[in-house]
Amino acid sequence: MIVNQFLVVAAALFSLGVYGLLVRRNAVMVLLAVELMLNAVNLNLIAFESVLRTPEALGQIFAIFVITVAAAEVGIGLAIILLIFRNRRSANVDDFNLMKL
Amino acid sequence: MTFDVWLSDPVNWVYLAIGAAVLLCGVRVVTSQNVVHAALFLVGALAGSAALMLLLSAEFVAWTVVLVYIGAVIVLFLFGIMITRAPVVRDVGLDNKKARPVAAVVALATFAVLTYTSLLAFGNTEVARVGDPTPTETLAEGLLGRFVLPFEVVGFILLAALIGGITLARRDLSPAEEEERGAV
Repeated sequence: MIVNQFLVVAAALFSLGVYGLLVRRNAVMVLLAVELMLNAVNLNLIAFESVLRTPEALGQIFAIFVITVAAAEVGIGLAIILLIFRNRRSANVDDFNLMKL
Repeated sequence: MTFDVWLSDPVNWVYLAIGAAVLLCGVRVVTSQNVVHAALFLVGALAGSAALMLLLSAEFVAWTVVLVYIGAVIVLFLFGIMITRAPVVRDVGLDNKKARPVAAVVALATFAVLTYTSLLAFGNTEVARVGDPTPTETLAEGLLGRFVLPFEVVGFILLAALIGGITLARRDLSPAEEEERGAV
């Protein structure tokens, strides 16, 4: 196994996340695409760790930090979407223009 | 290394199967017109990447992904989908059709740049053999030793997210209701 085969899968997952982020209209679907991107980053960190073999497994520790922050991000993100949905009756990101005058 | 040599290693067959499944699920996550299906395909993509992490001898992280993402985050997503009453049936309005070509170009460019640079940088660098997993003890010593401060900070972030989530999502009482509560 060479490291590039894993990096290519991670790059493809990341690009799919970018595509979803730009195309989706529903805010929950946008968060789903962000999750895909974060997971691609985790895969990269693990692949690099598998090459470098640091004595403290630094790549894996960082991946765990990323997972934790991603969990917090989803919780807050869904709470915000819920709040906007209650006020606007819509989960469409095109309708989220509350900062406009 | 030629492709024949690469293919003669049975581990790479496993990799090909898992990688194809991950990419298929990933494509369906961003193209599916049914929101619940998209969330369930994300389960497939995440499970596949957890399997890839197992191949890369990161067992603890792989099972953490299964527990945290598949166990908790997906449930949260399904909650969000149900509560915001996103159209569960096939819906043409889920995608912004005008953005599709631009998004496809941007995504393909991202993929090309990332792949080109990693091919340039790493070439045929081998990864560690399967069956030599990182001991969880190493991770524990790292997390509670050198990285104990970031560990505490991340714990604090989780607490803040918990309190913030509850505060944001709870329904505000109307003044009349609040008075009623106060009277009781």
